[in-house]
Amino acid sequence: MVKQESESANRPDNTAFTQQRLPAWQPILSAGIVIPGFVLIGLAFIGIGVALFVTSRSIQVLELDYTGDSNGSPCSSCSQSVVTNCKCSLNFTLTTLFQGPVFFYYGLSNYFQNYRRYGASKDDNQLYGDLSYFTSPSSSCSPYDYDSSKKPIVPCGSIANSMFNDTFTLTWTVNGTTNNVPLDGKGIAWWTDYNIKYRNPSVTPLKNAFNGTVKPINWAKPAYELDASDPSNNGFVNQDFLVWMRRAALPNFRKLYRRIDASGDYQKGLPAGNYTIDIAYNYPVRAFNGAKKIVFSNVSWMGGRNEFLGIAYLVIGSLCVVMSIVMLIVYAKFKFPDEE
Amino acid sequence: MTHLVCCVSAEEERRVRANDREYNEKFQYASNCIMTSKYNIITFLPVNLFEQFQEVANTYFLFLLILQLIPQISSLSWFTTIVPLALVLSITAVKDATDDYFRHKSDNQVNNRQSQVLIRGSLQNEKWMNVRVGDIIKLENNQFVAADLLLLSSTEPHGLCYIETAELDGETNMKVRQSVSVTSELGDPNNLASFDGEVVCEPPNNKLDRFSGTLYWREKKYSLTNQNMLLRGCVLRNTEACYGLVIFAGPDTKLMQNSGRTKFKRTSIDRLMNTLVLWIFGFLVCMGMILAVGNAGWEKEVGSLFQSYLAWDTPVNNFLFSAFLSFWSYVIILNTVVPISLYVSVEVIRLGHSYFINWDQQMFCSQCNTAAEARTTTLNEELGQVEYIFSDKTGTLTQNIMTFNKCSINGQSYGKDTHNTCRLDFSPFNPLADPDFCFYDDKLLESVKVGDSCTHEFFRLLSLCHTVMSEEKSEGELVYKAQSPDEGALVTAARNFGFVFRSRTPGTITTTEMGRTVTYSLLAILDFNNIRKRMSVIVRNPEGRIRLYCKGADTVLLERLHPCNQEVMSITSDHLNEYAADGLRTLALAYRDLSEDEWEAWSESHRFADKATDCREDRLAAAYEEVEQNMMLLGATAIEDKLQEGVPETIAILSLANIKIWVLTGDKQETAVNIGYSCKMLTDDMTEVFIISGHTVQSVRQELRRARERMIELSRGSGGGVGKQLHGSPLPPPLPLSNLMDNISGEFALVINGHSLAHALEADMEAEFVSTACACKAVICCRVTPLQKAQVVELIKKRKKAVTLAIGDGANDISMIKSAHIGVGISGQEGIQAVLASDYSFSQFRFLQRLLLVHGRWSYLRMCRFLCYFFYKNFAFTMVHFWFGFFCGFSAQTVYDQYFITLFNIVYTSLPVLAMGIFDQDVPDHRSLEYPKLYEPGQLNLLFNKREFFICIAQGIYTSVVLFFVPYAVLSNATQSNGVPLADYQTFAVTTATALVIVVSVQVVLDTGFWTVFNHVFVWGSLGSYFIIMFALHSQTLFRIFPNQFHFVGSAQSTLLQPVVWLTIALATAICIVPVLAFRFLKLDLKPQLSDTVRYTQLVRQKRRKPPEGRLGARGGSRRSGYAFAHQEGFGELITSGKNMRLSSLALASFASRHSSSWIDTLRRKKHTHTPPSGRQMTLKSIF
Repeated sequence: MVKQESESANRPDNTAFTQQRLPAWQPILSAGIVIPGFVLIGLAFIGIGVALFVTSRSIQVLELDYTGDSNGSPCSSCSQSVVTNCKCSLNFTLTTLFQGPVFFYYGLSNYFQNYRRYGASKDDNQLYGDLSYFTSPSSSCSPYDYDSSKKPIVPCGSIANSMFNDTFTLTWTVNGTTNNVPLDGKGIAWWTDYNIKYRNPSVTPLKNAFNGTVKPINWAKPAYELDASDPSNNGFVNQDFLVWMRRAALPNFRKLYRRIDASGDYQKGLPAGNYTIDIAYNYPVRAFNGAKKIVFSNVSWMGGRNEFLGIAYLVIGSLCVVMSIVMLIVYAKFKFPDEE
Repeated sequence: MTHLVCCVSAEEERRVRANDREYNEKFQYASNCIMTSKYNIITFLPVNLFEQFQEVANTYFLFLLILQLIPQISSLSWFTTIVPLALVLSITAVKDATDDYFRHKSDNQVNNRQSQVLIRGSLQNEKWMNVRVGDIIKLENNQFVAADLLLLSSTEPHGLCYIETAELDGETNMKVRQSVSVTSELGDPNNLASFDGEVVCEPPNNKLDRFSGTLYWREKKYSLTNQNMLLRGCVLRNTEACYGLVIFAGPDTKLMQNSGRTKFKRTSIDRLMNTLVLWIFGFLVCMGMILAVGNAGWEKEVGSLFQSYLAWDTPVNNFLFSAFLSFWSYVIILNTVVPISLYVSVEVIRLGHSYFINWDQQMFCSQCNTAAEARTTTLNEELGQVEYIFSDKTGTLTQNIMTFNKCSINGQSYGKDTHNTCRLDFSPFNPLADPDFCFYDDKLLESVKVGDSCTHEFFRLLSLCHTVMSEEKSEGELVYKAQSPDEGALVTAARNFGFVFRSRTPGTITTTEMGRTVTYSLLAILDFNNIRKRMSVIVRNPEGRIRLYCKGADTVLLERLHPCNQEVMSITSDHLNEYAADGLRTLALAYRDLSEDEWEAWSESHRFADKATDCREDRLAAAYEEVEQNMMLLGATAIEDKLQEGVPETIAILSLANIKIWVLTGDKQETAVNIGYSCKMLTDDMTEVFIISGHTVQSVRQELRRARERMIELSRGSGGGVGKQLHGSPLPPPLPLSNLMDNISGEFALVINGHSLAHALEADMEAEFVSTACACKAVICCRVTPLQKAQVVELIKKRKKAVTLAIGDGANDISMIKSAHIGVGISGQEGIQAVLASDYSFSQFRFLQRLLLVHGRWSYLRMCRFLCYFFYKNFAFTMVHFWFGFFCGFSAQTVYDQYFITLFNIVYTSLPVLAMGIFDQDVPDHRSLEYPKLYEPGQLNLLFNKREFFICIAQGIYTSVVLFFVPYAVLSNATQSNGVPLADYQTFAVTTATALVIVVSVQVVLDTGFWTVFNHVFVWGSLGSYFIIMFALHSQTLFRIFPNQFHFVGSAQSTLLQPVVWLTIALATAICIVPVLAFRFLKLDLKPQLSDTVRYTQLVRQKRRKPPEGRLGARGGSRRSGYAFAHQEGFGELITSGKNMRLSSLALASFASRHSSSWIDTLRRKKHTHTPPSGRQMTLKSIF
């Protein structure tokens, strides 16, 4: 009896798992699946490609460079770094309606927001409104953590310090009258940035929270005075600040500046006419061969204009179809020996 | 006594004085404690860590960890490295500790065995480890010898004792040892206690068959030889007790000296992997350099101008230093091309495969109740690459059981196929019958019963002409002690057929013949020797008639028959051929009547020869020759040396899988050759079997050369002829000799003797030996020592760079098992030492085919698929950083979130590939056995080699290019539908990461060929876990707790809601996968592998086809006499002088598909002909 028990103890279990006989699906790349599969994928891609291409074509984009590095351009005088508080203006003409909603972007080129140390140079606790980090910013902000008199900088770090500070106003001239185009700066930042990631300390007035700290070196105004017109748009939740703090992945990027407020004359977008953009040119970029531009664009369901995506889909789709034909020929010629 | 303390390092000679511990201690000889373990509790941690950090990989990761602790360099948090590293180190440490624990246990068990030591005149029980050199110990019957002993005395007369040396050299014959005559009289413990002889002998060495020393005692010198020694590992048999003086103890014993050092075994994939890791490391350095140079350029051209927004760090005040730091930063972020999880996963997969081996019911032997065991978990995939198998014979191929299987009496053959007649019951007929004896032909029993005189004489001969000793504990309960199992089988057969050998004295033999007790007087034993190949006895029966009974090899015996036997002889000869073809060991039996005068005359000449002082041997042989003439043929016996179950089939299948099998045995040439035939390694169809048995360097060299010349000559003849027939083209021009040796087409076999092998293994001849031996289909090395076994294995490892497997069951196989790439121990037999030294163990040789062709093949396949995918995956993952470097000022900015980098290899992509590496099957197990050719890719290392590796990383790099540049092109100008640009870093990171996870998941879906439920769960689960974990890491909750750690709050949600992002991912996936899919489909169509074909046919459920049957039945062939096989000379003398002895033989099951090799050759040639692909050829390809 004991012996029998021990025998059964030594015998391995007879289960599908231990004997490697688990039921299994064993796919094979058979012609019946692969060739129709390729045709289907190809057709689907071509379909999507056409849709994307057509949609993308309908989107209007207007780009205006205002760096001023060539002498003839309107802002060339401002681009000399010695000039401060320089103003210049750009003119453009729309012959047809610029379909709304219209977005107003500023763009920078050759600007490395994706540089590792640049990206790390901020203090998330501070930006989350934690007052203890106001007085002792994280060392990751160095060299923008303390000013020369050892006072803490709030908000600290390279990103904040290098905040884009050109400002724009857009005017529309029609029939001799000049109208200010209303620009909407609300909700241009990510919802999570505005509501969760960045917070002002719960101190009123906000100014008091910044006692004992100094503004970033490059800034003209402290954080709590960023938007004089709207007290709630100050501190770390200032929309422009949030947009800037969401750093770009690539060295040529654009960021949302404003939306054209779709009201009154501008309900359908920007009507035809002459426009002027008045620029407060504060942000020097010529030192590092950068460029600045202004972009107007509208969007579709798939966002802004994106011709690459449509073309790529068309190319890949056609290649799939071509491949399926090649495979069909090969298959017919060297038929798999299934009679074996 | 000049050399008192000289002996530790280079002992020149050993002095041992009996019963004098103080004296012997001066020499500091090793104690009898053996230690095979590596660590103890204190040394474990430092030694183990030291060993682990000798692994390049571990040191590399430690180095990375240190780099990550430097803030200026650290592009990734330190925890990305330390967590996996600690995990790896601790898992390995636990495993090593467990292994060592078992080694401690087995050492302890051996060290604590009890032995009786003579201390101060009395016998005391001592543990083995406390036995010292110079002690006298007492051994009892069936005990293991504790150390190398000088036999002093025994309870048997003349100081004889019998030992079995199976553990030592694999021979199961009993051997006789005799003490020096002066000490044999010492007898009882009291006398021994006062024995104070001193032995001066050679230092410890590994020569099992040689010993030289001198015993000084009472002012006299006695020379000592191996005949006086009992070696550790032997077992005392048939001897009540004996006393011995310990000469060598513990590690100095010949057994331990013969066991090679424990070596850490690595698989060739391991070695390749290490090379590749080094290459990758080089690649990493190159990438780092390129990026550092880029960084230097960027800092100089752009960064220096960009300082108003991005000031250089104070320590980083110039671009060269920045480039230097950037180099190290990139080393850190690019190190994920070889993540630690690679090593962990490989180990896990191997562990899984090991469990599958342990769990396999088809490798479970119910008779001995043992399952197969993978004792080493790190070698599994190498099982799929074996090219050479070195097998022991006794206990591995054979069961070491001899059975009387067939006989031919007076031209009538008896003994049928075991399947169609039932076993005879002897008990009603013969109360003395051995109940274990099996015979199946009742005709023979009838013939005995009716009193056929020839049959009676036949069995009478068997009961008289032998050297067996009998022991009758109680009436009728006979135990035979035979020197060799085949002689025992013959005497037992006679016993069952009514001619029972009861007892013998030096001058008489008593038998019970058909119930009647008869005593013969034994006049002479004409003993066996290797040259005579026969033995005879001359007996006088109670009636006074003198008769000579002779049994011997048919070749010698048939020549000495009386001419009137012609007719019987030709029939018997046919029978002998038949038996031999069945692989049975045959003996011919004959008798001769001697008249009183003849006997007197011969007896006189014999006595004269016996007394001669010079050339005694020759004179005796001549005298024997004189009387063994004009004999009357009685018949022939056929004895089966029982093979283990399924041996010929296994060997046939393994050789179909292109595995070469060498038999290395301590047995005699004849025995080994016979087994070669019975397990179909040697066949009568073979072109030629070469026997190398030269005793000198020159003769061995000459024999080898002759064999080669012969092979070239013959293969030119036959191979050329066949070639012509096949493709009708002229012969290819003659190749240089070395190439010729690789292209030998005939079937040859090589048999080499131990003493010749010793010369063949010398440095200047080994190349010749290898080239000759490897051109042969089968190689048998006989009379080899354990060390030679290891040397042969080492030689093939070195010269052929092939994967070797050694399989054996005895202690004599340990060194071979240890030096081969894979050692397999046969368990379930008595000795377990081989199993302890082995990497795999199971109880039947036939399980080897399953181990190699099923488990090995799968393991190899899985491991290769795993590695290919793993390298692909990590290149795809990591190289994205490289491309990004060109757009981020070479600042070592990672593309992905650091949590993604930490989890990618551990969580998101580890399980699907693990499941593939553990469960994947291309064809089911029975197909692997059906089509042994499926094994070939492993031997040729086709599935993972440097080329495959480059293909994988090329694919990985291609994928990384797609994964970076597609999002780059799409996102740089894209916006969300609410106008917010998508080109921010976090969106880009999430998009790329998601695309990466999806692409590599789709790739693993393509690579997985066998979708079990685990694969489904793991693939979809991992994909799901990616999204779940990402959403969790990007959630508000975590951010609120650690605002500083989770920068990506909200990114997942915001990104993945964008249709553009999904379109980007779909596009990237299509660009990555579509070419792969097309390529694989075309490859499958244009160049299908055998496994593809098998799988395809399997899946379409087409009618199965079996490989064509080989020619059935065996042709008659060379006869092999069993008599000579295991017998030793000198026992006849022992008997007639009142001492003792024994002999042996064997057989097999007929296996159909032989000649396999010849049809494979034919096929190969066909493959090389350039006939256009046709259905017929496809058939052939797909089958082989």
